[in-house]
Amino acid sequence: MRKIINPADLESFRQSCIKDMSREETWVAVCCGTGCSASGAHQVVSSFKEALQEKNIDGKITTRVTGCHGFCEQGPLVVVHPGNYLYCQVTPDDVEEIIEKTIIQKKAVERLQYTDPVSKEKVVVEDQVPFYYNQHRLLMRNSGIIDPTSIKDYLAISGYRALSMVLQEKSPLEVIEEIKASGLRGRGGAGFPTGLKWESCYNAPDNTRYVICNADEGDPGCFQDRSILEGNPHSVLEGMIIGAYAVSAEKGYIYVRNEYPLAVKNFSTALEQAREYGLLGENILGSGFSFDVKINRGGGAFVCGESSALIASIEGKAGEPRDKYIHATEKGLWDKPTVLNNVKTWASVPYIINNGADWYAQIGTEKSKGTMVFSLTGNVNNTGLVEVPMGITLRKLVFDIGGGIPEGKNIKAVQTGGPSGGCIPEKLLDLPLDYEKLTEAGSMMGSGGMIVMDESTCMVDVARYFLSFTQEESCGKCTPCREGGKQMLAILNNIMEGKGQENDLDMLEEIAQAMKEGSLCALGGMAPNPVLTTLKYFHQEYLDHIRDEKCPAKVCRNLIKYFINQEVCTGCGRCLKACPVDAVEGTKDEPHIIHQEKCTKCGACLEVCRYEAISVE
Amino acid sequence: MAVIFINDREFQTEEEVTLLELARQKGIEIPALCHHQALSPYGACRLCTVEVCKEDKSRLVTSCTYPVREEGISVYTDSPRVKQLRRVIVKLLLARCPQVKLIQDLAEEMGLEGSPFPLHDQEECILCGLCVRVCSEVIGKNAVSFSYRGAGRKVSTPFNEPSEECVGCTACAFVCPTGAIKVEDSDETRYMEFWNTKIPLRRCKECGITYTPENTPEYILGKLELPKNLLDLCEKCRRKAVAESLSNYDVTSRSVIIKK
Repeated sequence: MRKIINPADLESFRQSCIKDMSREETWVAVCCGTGCSASGAHQVVSSFKEALQEKNIDGKITTRVTGCHGFCEQGPLVVVHPGNYLYCQVTPDDVEEIIEKTIIQKKAVERLQYTDPVSKEKVVVEDQVPFYYNQHRLLMRNSGIIDPTSIKDYLAISGYRALSMVLQEKSPLEVIEEIKASGLRGRGGAGFPTGLKWESCYNAPDNTRYVICNADEGDPGCFQDRSILEGNPHSVLEGMIIGAYAVSAEKGYIYVRNEYPLAVKNFSTALEQAREYGLLGENILGSGFSFDVKINRGGGAFVCGESSALIASIEGKAGEPRDKYIHATEKGLWDKPTVLNNVKTWASVPYIINNGADWYAQIGTEKSKGTMVFSLTGNVNNTGLVEVPMGITLRKLVFDIGGGIPEGKNIKAVQTGGPSGGCIPEKLLDLPLDYEKLTEAGSMMGSGGMIVMDESTCMVDVARYFLSFTQEESCGKCTPCREGGKQMLAILNNIMEGKGQENDLDMLEEIAQAMKEGSLCALGGMAPNPVLTTLKYFHQEYLDHIRDEKCPAKVCRNLIKYFINQEVCTGCGRCLKACPVDAVEGTKDEPHIIHQEKCTKCGACLEVCRYEAISVE
Repeated sequence: MAVIFINDREFQTEEEVTLLELARQKGIEIPALCHHQALSPYGACRLCTVEVCKEDKSRLVTSCTYPVREEGISVYTDSPRVKQLRRVIVKLLLARCPQVKLIQDLAEEMGLEGSPFPLHDQEECILCGLCVRVCSEVIGKNAVSFSYRGAGRKVSTPFNEPSEECVGCTACAFVCPTGAIKVEDSDETRYMEFWNTKIPLRRCKECGITYTPENTPEYILGKLELPKNLLDLCEKCRRKAVAESLSNYDVTSRSVIIKK
């Protein structure tokens, strides 16, 4: 443990860290992100450690617990270096074979390799998996290489070099200019130019300023911020320190939800280490600049991801938004000028400083620069975290990286931007992903949620699902969001129960517009997006529900009926046993029937039938 | 000073004044339910929304929270966009509180006959938060606040238990625009069903009638430094006592000596 006193000291210490890391000729990276941990990655780590010890080679071969590699679908993931051998769904029983074959004989264990669903070929090396090679991994890349609890690992991969350079060579205004020139925009979803935000905070007339990292990621199915904090916490911290220097803040906060225990733990470790090494605290690297960060754990309210509610929450008040006609950069935390940025925004900063604004501005489109991390989930083969350059098309993302739709089904829509984003239909899949194009299509970038939906999805149900989430999470302060959301939900429920009327759609449209225009904060303003986009792109589906009382996707229980095809049914009795409400009747070896008045449409009969005798209409 | 336009009329104003304050000073009416001049702006009912235009851009803002800062903005308090939003807000409030006179009147002004929306509640409270703010900002007690969230939001005492903080001043009932907070004084107690709270009343030492909640006088004394003994008497007796004792006013103790 030593305090690094100046930039030269940092560089010489870095050399020893690099030496330590390169001394390991062979090492095993086990992904211990939350997804892989849940599928047993830690048992795999223990097995590796024990087996290597038994063979007495644990001194030479390191087992490294890394952050999320992104390919969660295939976890637990193990990568053996050198050679980048990627193994999927590894269990403790596979460890012996990996050591024997790959580590000792330098050969691949074929059965654990990834099989490309298109070409059906085995892929040996991590970078050659289509899931990875179509990506542009910047923020996520190092998560799979370093141990997130080791500051030495981070230093070995050029960590804190950007900070050191900024403190030595750049004035705060030069840093702001660099960020402005890079074109970086807020990754929390709104896309406000980061450099401009910093500049307006810098210009605010006050002596006390704050920086805040918004890690209150709350979209269902989104975990990219969590994953970066878990897998590479120092990159976020370094970004915050640079930002604090640029706006002359002495104190920072990270607001992270308490449901992310590993993120909280790893970030706490990063803070302690940075303080011990003199990269945080008083007189950082001898520059005279002092800054420290405090962790604020959120209680899990979605609305606290909204900047003014988040600030209120840090202040110890109820997490409710306020009007933002006066920006946080002028009156933010405790009415002091405050810069609040998302995890991914902060994490991008060191890369921009290290490689230059021009380099960063080459990635992406004219107005949306750099990369974006999406949580790819839903009806798609390769679920996980993907990092792509801005401007990539949805089609490329879903099919080339995501590997297409399972079970040969057709894609119907993609929901981007979390619960308050919009549903983009199949016909717009060639839409380039950037802030403006997504907004034009009625959706948004949001924090990077991406849910793929196949043809078996009912779009009315989707709208109702997302609205019920935002309605549940509304703080209830303003009338349009509180009352409007409640009424829209009731209308959607009516439609799904076959009680819809034609003027329901006008009413939905009317309330949705009022919520969009009149709500106090972005939660209410964006909450109608799923309703508005499904009304726009899937209008006929609503009409089918209302006019014909039919759910084309066969999802809405009140609008479907289960039948047994009398010519196919063998009377095996499986459905009869499976039915929880005794709605199936029949004697053995005779075709059975379903009593519609008893049937609750749970689908248990359909699941157990071996003869495809049960149909839904 | 800034020059701005409201409904195409030119006004000069100091900066940082809110649009609502300015409009009301100039006699321009903007409806608002959660605003009170004695309390901090809140921006919750959204009824005071107006349209602000600058060059070719326009946006809707709540006039109660929007400070005048930009020179030359054009504000429209009654544009079609504003009217449409207000109509929907009133329809939503009418569905929540169909029996509340204030909302009925607003709906009638807009030519609305009932709310078309499917859910109809029988609430009396529109969650404007005036009671919460008056208790905190003016009385200094914080006896009531918001509880729950979203559609289930309410105003209540902590855990809806009888309040130990409440001094029974009824400022909340005074500012409540819908009459949801009712105060019933009986022989011994002041009862506010809305707050699930009963406060004992104090009797006048002279004539024996109940005249104030038990804890209010001391609380007000603590805040205002009034002569102590005056508050033991009801209004009538206080006047009498003051008149009788005018000649006995003690300058040193700054109190009126009451003759028994």
